[in-house]
Amino acid sequence: MPNVEELQAMATQTLITIKALRHSYGTREALRGVSFEVACGEIFGLLGPNGSGKSTLFGILSTLFRPTSGEIRVGGFALAQSANDVRRQIGVVFQSPSLDDKLTVFENLRYQGYLYGLGGNALKKRCHELLEELGVSDRARDLVGKLSGGLKRRVEIAKGLLHGPKLLLLDEPSTGLDPGARVDLWKYLRALRDQEKVTVMVTTHMTDESENCDRIAILSDGELVCLGAPDLLKGEIGADVLEIQTNSEEQLAHKIEETFGIKCVVLKGSLQMEHEHAAGFVAKLVETFPGVIQAVTFRRPTLEDVYLHKTGQRFWSGGGEQES
Amino acid sequence: MISKVLPIYSLWSREIVRFYRQPSRVVGALGSPLVFWLLIGSGVGSSFAGSSGGDYLQYFYPGTLFLILLFTAIFSTISLIQDRREGFLQSVLVAPVSRLGLVTGKILGGATLACSQGILFLLFAPLMGIHQDLSGWLLVLAVLFLNSVALTALGFVIAWRLHSIQGFHAVMNLLLIPLWLLSGALFPPEGSPAWIQIVMKLNPLRYGLAALRTSLYDETAAAPPLGLCVIVTVVFGIALMVFAAWVASRGRAEDVR
Repeated sequence: MPNVEELQAMATQTLITIKALRHSYGTREALRGVSFEVACGEIFGLLGPNGSGKSTLFGILSTLFRPTSGEIRVGGFALAQSANDVRRQIGVVFQSPSLDDKLTVFENLRYQGYLYGLGGNALKKRCHELLEELGVSDRARDLVGKLSGGLKRRVEIAKGLLHGPKLLLLDEPSTGLDPGARVDLWKYLRALRDQEKVTVMVTTHMTDESENCDRIAILSDGELVCLGAPDLLKGEIGADVLEIQTNSEEQLAHKIEETFGIKCVVLKGSLQMEHEHAAGFVAKLVETFPGVIQAVTFRRPTLEDVYLHKTGQRFWSGGGEQES
Repeated sequence: MISKVLPIYSLWSREIVRFYRQPSRVVGALGSPLVFWLLIGSGVGSSFAGSSGGDYLQYFYPGTLFLILLFTAIFSTISLIQDRREGFLQSVLVAPVSRLGLVTGKILGGATLACSQGILFLLFAPLMGIHQDLSGWLLVLAVLFLNSVALTALGFVIAWRLHSIQGFHAVMNLLLIPLWLLSGALFPPEGSPAWIQIVMKLNPLRYGLAALRTSLYDETAAAPPLGLCVIVTVVFGIALMVFAAWVASRGRAEDVR
């Protein structure tokens, strides 16, 4: 474990700078001027529903394609001018497996090593080290095609880390993993940050998963909605959340605003509101509007509420355009 | 230096390991031209016997060799479409490998396979009355290799922009097979209609095939001179490789999977 000073020194260094990043597919704007920074040694999450632009941002950061405009620097290198210097510093774990099924686990890693100019005994040692760390060393000689999804993801991570990158990029890393494997994944990512000082950046469309990150950036419709530690973002709401199920959303929302001066967000089949003393308010609400309210749910704010609070849209609306 | 060669070696070696792990590919690339050669060669040979004086099986031999190179080269570049669809390609694209390095590794891999399949077919050469000394065989191998590189590069350029293997088959039937038919593999240009002769003269594959024929049979009559053939094949191959590197350097959003 690095000591506190080390961690602080790391945290003050910026690893990724993104400035006014825009990207369009034809006339459709996937990113509309996104800017933020990622510090060394943090686990950073890009959270957003489908169509929010996070996959586009991931594609640009992983150097697969160039943005329409804007600037990206990783570890002091500008992506536009020195793509290969940036490539050496990042390891990428794609959502769809990039492993070759016809090759063994070890062969996959060896060929990956050659691609990064590594070779000889040093490469061999590194491959075995990583397979050991990720708990797949006993499968080294098996064809990748014979591995389960969870094991493949581990080999995929080993492949991304082979050249000792400063930054590990993962696209939706828990997709297709069972709950146990997810816990293991996050444990590993945290150990990676603490022991190897690797900065980790993940994209996810799952709010509960992004709670594992030190900081998250929430994207919606190609724009940065908010950025910060998950707890701080939830704390910004500063109140409890009440979700009221009713058949007459519009009417009830209007009446609540009239009576209590509280604004509600109207959703399909329900209303959502924030209140500092929600528990006590529930009784008042039910008494005031008898027969209209079917159910009231009281909870501490979640990241979904943060999203709703900032965008006025439900995170799981399902209406987002499919990203290409 | 070594860090520049290793990525090329990586892609080259993977190509070869994969090929020999799929025996159906080994058989397919060699088998179908072999069947063509025996059926077309024997059939056409005895039906039109005597018209040209020579043995048609013998005439068709370099054309078959060329078809083996074409098939192996094409099937190895089809794997590019597979690599893109299955996701392997994306990890190559984010590696610090120059696009020319990527193209070189992939094309040399395919060309090595094509060459080795071609060499297997050369075992039939003595049956065709082909007897060369060492320098003669070296010339044959050199020409075989140049053709393999050019054909694999051609396959690469086509496969890079395609999304489906079915699409590649369409291109193969509409473009590559006609190019082969009009390379002089099946019939010599002399005696064909004028427009066919013109198309054949413009077909770069014709020069590769002519180089192969000349090096095998020491034939000089009626064929373009060997020097010209080699120059055209080399220029064609290099131009395609440079073009392939340029195409590969243009990133596409579809590559994210």
